[in-house]
Amino acid sequence: MNDTKKKNIEEVRLMKGNEAIAHAAIRCGCDGYFGYPITPQSEIMETLMELEPWNTTGMVVLQAESETASINMVYGGAGCGKKSMTSSSSPGVSLMQEGISYIACAELPCVIVNVMRGGPGLGTIQPSQADYFQSVKGGGHGDYKLITLAPASVQEMADHTVMAFDLAFKYLTPVLILADGVIGQMMEKVILPPFQPRMIEEEIREKCPWATLGKPKSRKPNVITSLSLEAEEMETINIRLQAKYHKIEENEVLYEEFSCDDAEYLIVAFGTSARVCQKAVEMARAEGIKAGMLRPITLFPFPTVAISNHANKVKGMLTVEMSAGQMVEDVRLAVNGRVPVEFYGRMGGIVPSPDEVLKALKDKIVKQQLVIN
Amino acid sequence: MTVNEIINPANLVYEKPKVMNDTPMHYCPGCSHGVVHKLIAEIIEEMDFQEKTIGIAPVGCAVFAYKYLDIDWQQAAHGRAPALATAVKRLLPDRLVFTYQGDGDLAAIGTAETIHAANRGENIAIIFINNGIYGMTGGQMAPTTLVGMKSSTSPNGRTVPLNGNPLDITKLLAQLDGTCYVTRQSVHTVGSVRKTKKAIRKAFENSMMNKGTSVVEVVSTCNSGWKLTPEASNDWMVENMFPAYPLGDLKDL
Amino acid sequence: MKEEIIIAGFGGQGVLSMGKILAYSGLMQGQEVSWMPSYGPEQRGGTANVTVILSDERISSPVLNSYDTAIVLNQPSLDRFESKVKPGGTLIFDGNGFKRFPTRTDINIYRIDATEYAYANNESKTMNMIILGGLLKVRPIVQVENVLKGLKKSLPDRHHHLIPMNEKAIQTGMKLIQKLS
Repeated sequence: MNDTKKKNIEEVRLMKGNEAIAHAAIRCGCDGYFGYPITPQSEIMETLMELEPWNTTGMVVLQAESETASINMVYGGAGCGKKSMTSSSSPGVSLMQEGISYIACAELPCVIVNVMRGGPGLGTIQPSQADYFQSVKGGGHGDYKLITLAPASVQEMADHTVMAFDLAFKYLTPVLILADGVIGQMMEKVILPPFQPRMIEEEIREKCPWATLGKPKSRKPNVITSLSLEAEEMETINIRLQAKYHKIEENEVLYEEFSCDDAEYLIVAFGTSARVCQKAVEMARAEGIKAGMLRPITLFPFPTVAISNHANKVKGMLTVEMSAGQMVEDVRLAVNGRVPVEFYGRMGGIVPSPDEVLKALKDKIVKQQLVIN
Repeated sequence: MTVNEIINPANLVYEKPKVMNDTPMHYCPGCSHGVVHKLIAEIIEEMDFQEKTIGIAPVGCAVFAYKYLDIDWQQAAHGRAPALATAVKRLLPDRLVFTYQGDGDLAAIGTAETIHAANRGENIAIIFINNGIYGMTGGQMAPTTLVGMKSSTSPNGRTVPLNGNPLDITKLLAQLDGTCYVTRQSVHTVGSVRKTKKAIRKAFENSMMNKGTSVVEVVSTCNSGWKLTPEASNDWMVENMFPAYPLGDLKDL
Repeated sequence: MKEEIIIAGFGGQGVLSMGKILAYSGLMQGQEVSWMPSYGPEQRGGTANVTVILSDERISSPVLNSYDTAIVLNQPSLDRFESKVKPGGTLIFDGNGFKRFPTRTDINIYRIDATEYAYANNESKTMNMIILGGLLKVRPIVQVENVLKGLKKSLPDRHHHLIPMNEKAIQTGMKLIQKLS
């Protein structure tokens, strides 16, 4: 939610979140996008095809035959040290889980965008946040984690695309941008990131010595694989992965606070829910209720410490999600029983209104506190 | 004459290709994979392409192909090799990119990836080992298992009402506009090995000339899965596999 | 200043593009803007609506439950959104095909028969701009010159020759709109 007001009006563009991702991908030197159409994120590939970056930066854009093929094309591209990405929405991302697990194990950098819609099943095309568990607790098979970014504005859709590639290459791991139909479809002001050239091959060979670009005489063959039949060897790989995730938890937590300084009640929400909750906080404050909001920007790593610290200061917390209540489990783990943590959510593609959130805050938290006191 | 006197370059009549390393192969004695691996290694060496080749290994018996050939490899999820190869070749258009896949990988779980990569005319070579059975998982029925042929999941022989028909995917791939060269070979005799080598070389050259997708099917044996001796397997293949999967070029543009 | 607007009607009435032009106009006068459409197959013939917010401050929720102004272009949209106009707010409707008319007395209600006018004068392509003109007459939230600037920024060059036609439609709408209560 950057303030774009002071910037030169010429730099400010008005576009959909999905379009912002496409522009940002080209600008940050992405080498390859591979995707399959699905509402509500098809504008990402449509914008790329319209912009024809193969004529400018040389970026490859390809419509694959399925999400399965898309994510495996990303695997192939990432294995060559190329900045590779795909995007989809919930059902399509379910289909990608096999590939994501392989990429995580092979320790390859890539970016996956999930513009969530209501599920389960084919569900609706309306916005949802019900893929939280899938995103931060695994999704595919095996012990792996995805760095998960949760943009809450069109500006962040652009910014997170750049950040996602940086993190992916820093930690050699897939990074997920977990948006929803509102953020994808909504138009807002955005300042696009500056152009960065794509990495040239010498640069890739230097920065990604593991990349399969063809074996020069000077080194051994590079092999991208996620297979080892020896259990001891596989455990070693797992230990290495866990150490990496631990390092990510120590260094990469991002969150934003709103009206938290003197807050007696804390709302925790991400993405579109956080936008709605911010309004609810404004309304609560107008009524004299000291509410604040914490918005996790990274869902993995989760801002556990920040939420835990608030548990020492506030009387209660309300987690608001467009799901049956998924992130609330992580909030409760962080709070560890010190204050009540309640949940309010809508499902199946419904976005809660600021009114509903305010009412839930009053009914579930504020009134309960009055009863206790 | 001592052994060391015999080993000198003047006496050399045959050697292992340098692209092939000394790792002992895990393939069963009599398996066709080793022969095809060696042919690929020879061709890469002859073309002087070791620095420019990226191979995509499948899931199946050849999952460890990357252990034996000293080139850069990616090992794909089951059936997805053509998707990986698509991205690799598009991002590195001056490289030689090939997939090495078995019948289960290419013609069952990876049918969509195979057909669409070939239909787009990706400039890759697909080496397809068809032995009509799942070797690695222990001899289960494959899409190319012949009618009447026994496997662990068709213990009384494949029947059409129960199991459906064998899939001649190579014939299907030859129909697609994206393929430039589709051929079916074998490696059970010296003559057939030579022909297969020529075919793979042509497929690799096509990839470098960006002519489209080349498919080289090698009708192969799996003596362990077929529960026959290597020799009997070859005979069985000639008698039973060749009538269903006849050798020769299906397409050569 | 902050204006929260819902525009609703049938797909094909130019609901989403009217919202877009409004958002671009806000952009041209340096405001914060958000444009949140209902999306999907309903764009084609079903109901379509878009929430547009123009504000001097950072915009929190792009999804709202009440609006300063509602522009409703068909009966289902009136039925759905009349009750969601804030007291003292504005409701603008195009009466074409309506069987039930607005009844609230605590809001400002305007009628603009843009559909009828546009078809009678063969100007159906600028129907939504006539309505936008009506809105700007009663709620001058953006200046007409910024609307024109916004059109220039949002339209591809090949469509810039259409801008004068749109300007004329805005003027038409300003004349056409009538206050009912």
